[in-house]
Amino acid sequence: MVTKIGGEDAVVTPEGEPPPAAIELRGINKTFGTVRANNDVSMAVRAGAIHGIVGENGAGKSTLMSILYGFYSADSGVIRVGGKPVAIRSPNDAIAAGIGMVHQHFMLVDNFTVLENVMMGAESGPLLRESIQKARGALINLAEEYGLHVDPDAVIADLPVGALQRVEILKALYRDARILILDEPTGVLTPQEAVQLFRILSALKERGVTVILITHKLGEVMAITDSVSVMRRGQMVAERATAETSAEELAELMVGRKLKAGVSRQTKNVGDPALIVEGLSLRDRYGVARIDDIGFELRAGEILGIAGVSGNGQSELLEVLSGITPMTAGRIVVEGREVNVAKPARPDEMRALRLAHVPEDRQRRGMVTAFTARESSILGYQRDSAFNGPLFMDYAAIDGHCRDLMERFDVRPPLPDIVSSKMSGGNQQKLILAREIDRDPKVLLVGQPTRGVDIGAIEFIHQQLCDLRDRGCAILLVSVELDEILALSDRILVMFEGRIVGETPVEEADRSLLGLMMTNAHQGATSANTEPVA
Amino acid sequence: MSAPPAELPRWIDIGLIPVINICLALLVSGLIILAIGENPWDALVIMVRGALGYGEGVGYTLYYTTNFIFTGLAVAIAFHAGLFNIGGEGQAYIGGLGVGLVMLAFDSYLPFVLLLPLGILAGALFGAAWAAIPAWLQAYRGSHVVITTIMFNFIAAAVMVYLMVNVLIKPGQMSPESREFTEAGQLPFIHEMLAGIGITVTPTPLNLSIVWALICCVGVWAFIWRTRWGYELRAVGHNEAAAVYAGVRPRHIVVAAMCISGALAGFVGFNEIMGVHHRLLLNFTAGYGFTGIAVSLMGRNHPVGVVLASLLFGVLYQGGAELAFEVPTITRELVVTIQGLVILFSGALAYMSTPWVTRLYRLFVGWRADTAATAPTTTTGEA
Repeated sequence: MVTKIGGEDAVVTPEGEPPPAAIELRGINKTFGTVRANNDVSMAVRAGAIHGIVGENGAGKSTLMSILYGFYSADSGVIRVGGKPVAIRSPNDAIAAGIGMVHQHFMLVDNFTVLENVMMGAESGPLLRESIQKARGALINLAEEYGLHVDPDAVIADLPVGALQRVEILKALYRDARILILDEPTGVLTPQEAVQLFRILSALKERGVTVILITHKLGEVMAITDSVSVMRRGQMVAERATAETSAEELAELMVGRKLKAGVSRQTKNVGDPALIVEGLSLRDRYGVARIDDIGFELRAGEILGIAGVSGNGQSELLEVLSGITPMTAGRIVVEGREVNVAKPARPDEMRALRLAHVPEDRQRRGMVTAFTARESSILGYQRDSAFNGPLFMDYAAIDGHCRDLMERFDVRPPLPDIVSSKMSGGNQQKLILAREIDRDPKVLLVGQPTRGVDIGAIEFIHQQLCDLRDRGCAILLVSVELDEILALSDRILVMFEGRIVGETPVEEADRSLLGLMMTNAHQGATSANTEPVA
Repeated sequence: MSAPPAELPRWIDIGLIPVINICLALLVSGLIILAIGENPWDALVIMVRGALGYGEGVGYTLYYTTNFIFTGLAVAIAFHAGLFNIGGEGQAYIGGLGVGLVMLAFDSYLPFVLLLPLGILAGALFGAAWAAIPAWLQAYRGSHVVITTIMFNFIAAAVMVYLMVNVLIKPGQMSPESREFTEAGQLPFIHEMLAGIGITVTPTPLNLSIVWALICCVGVWAFIWRTRWGYELRAVGHNEAAAVYAGVRPRHIVVAAMCISGALAGFVGFNEIMGVHHRLLLNFTAGYGFTGIAVSLMGRNHPVGVVLASLLFGVLYQGGAELAFEVPTITRELVVTIQGLVILFSGALAYMSTPWVTRLYRLFVGWRADTAATAPTTTTGEA
């Protein structure tokens, strides 16, 4: 079932007409409640092209792709694959129509091998032996043909992120996908891994596979796609041949207005250390060092950026500094209080020391999505006397507080009653940022401040962080977006496998050198192989 | 399986769907009754009339309702903290033991006005203590509270049998019951209170504890949605990681929520021991703890919902008893079957009808939008 990756079964068309598009959407409508997620969306992608779909968060890209992959069914509209209308009611229908999807969050079983993951759900019979043999043969062919090299017998949990993505692509190809949808594929990759991915996509294209790339990184769209569609507020607002457009034009089409250039950079006014970290380590329960002997000083009025590939201890660092996870060695000094193993401080104590924290994962940590915006706007400060009477909470005060935050930070819709999960990612993030900045912290820990946030909100959030820095707050910024680190930081530290492997002032920062540091390749060490196995 | 779609308006989600579920349960029950050769409609009429048609029936219905409110609230508050307390049965049993011990110890010395709060306190403390052990094991040792609470039901039953047979039995009798409490250790029956103001009704077990049950409803509501402790409890229940971030200690919340839950379940003992039997005895919990799970589920873990669901189950219990009495071929077992079907459809299959209702609702909304959009302009009748 896997051998016919070549273009043999091209659809025969009557003479004179152009060949039908590999995939064509006509008049797709999808409404959730009162929200028109997709409003009369039409789009066509030529066979063997790489087509980008860009748009802000909530523009309807994901809804459109979910319709195409059968997670939702459209209220109205037609989908044609190779010129023939198809009804896609479930992912199985999509697979049968030759559509494969690589999700942003990988859908793999951690303790299965690559081989088992690839054939899962596509076994040829009740007994595994035959399926395994078939899948192994197919995997070897695919690896040859597209340069998708992964050890078939490696266990998923042991593989780096780039390899996992290749496994996802293999899964789709093994199911005979002729159309491959990738949702934000480079979000978790290093620059080097991204280049490798693009090479694979080119190989797929050469062999006639149609690729649809959903992304918010315009640089990638310009680099690799043949054509690009722009979505805004549920509508398809533009379609361009990539050669005839520019990143600036696409950004304007996405947002619907001109963007300001960068954030304002005031003159530096760096003060005394607000946060001192010495010999900080965190070992997990298997004894593996997640943070390995880290030390730095964070000064008032500076933004210290922590660069690194996701999963190299940055998350743990934020959790230790904010008091969520107790450290296993070292010391932290904040506001004259020393925190160490013998004298740990819990999150509420750290907060009392005027150390605020905007967590990386806003939906898992930063807010309770089932709470109303009003309730989320006091998370962490729920015991504050401003919000409490002697027995009951003062909901009028909380309501006023929330309205005030929403107004000052342009949170939309400005309704304290709205359930937090119904707010868009950007607005959730603005509310959390508002909550933490409102207390005028001495130290602010920020993790991935703009992950999954639309361009307009990114601009706003960056400006807020810079303003706060200029008011003398010490900000520790953790981000996997190198662009963000470079745009905001005064100083940059690079983390790799729990250690700090490099430090540079932003003026001297070099993008490619940082990229190498992030994978520790600048020292020539291939420590990916020496990774401790838990 | 997916979560219920968020697009349905609230009145459908919390009003219509439970009614549909009950109707489905009654439909299946009707088929069973039809199969044994009785008339389902007649059975339904007997049931409803038996539960609500006359004073004695209403009294019994409300007496059952009281117990269901306590156990329903117990399950609901644990649920808000993300815990599934299925040990209400055991906590009610031990709560009753507490009430009984206090009455046996003090009923000759203290007046009713002191014994009333003491009884409430004893039921709460004993119920809470019985829930505290599984709670501690869950919080600090990771033993799942579902497993431990259900096992604690058996332990409670065994402890009670031992105590009643060997320790607390009134000497010189066969049945394992304590002596009767004095007048001061008895809650007044509602029929007695009504008689006091000149209204005569048939005696029923309904007593003053129903007032306490309603007070508990208000208290639970205020606690969960109006206090910072309730805020933190819900934060842990919805998202433990966010709660930790907010400085909440989930372990403390687990123990506190379970203790409150156990205390509420313990009030079943307050109703049964101090309100109805006026002595300690065996098996007075009669499955109320388990039914509380269905009550809470059906009431969507909200005190108002719990009261309504408790009423429904009160009707089912009392009407079912009447039905078994009136129609000889419908046995006690069949009545339990009907109750079981209601629990099945409104508990385990609570969301079964949601997709159909959603589809119907969408059709309806679409149809209404269409007619609204086309009605003023359409003259030719085109679609």
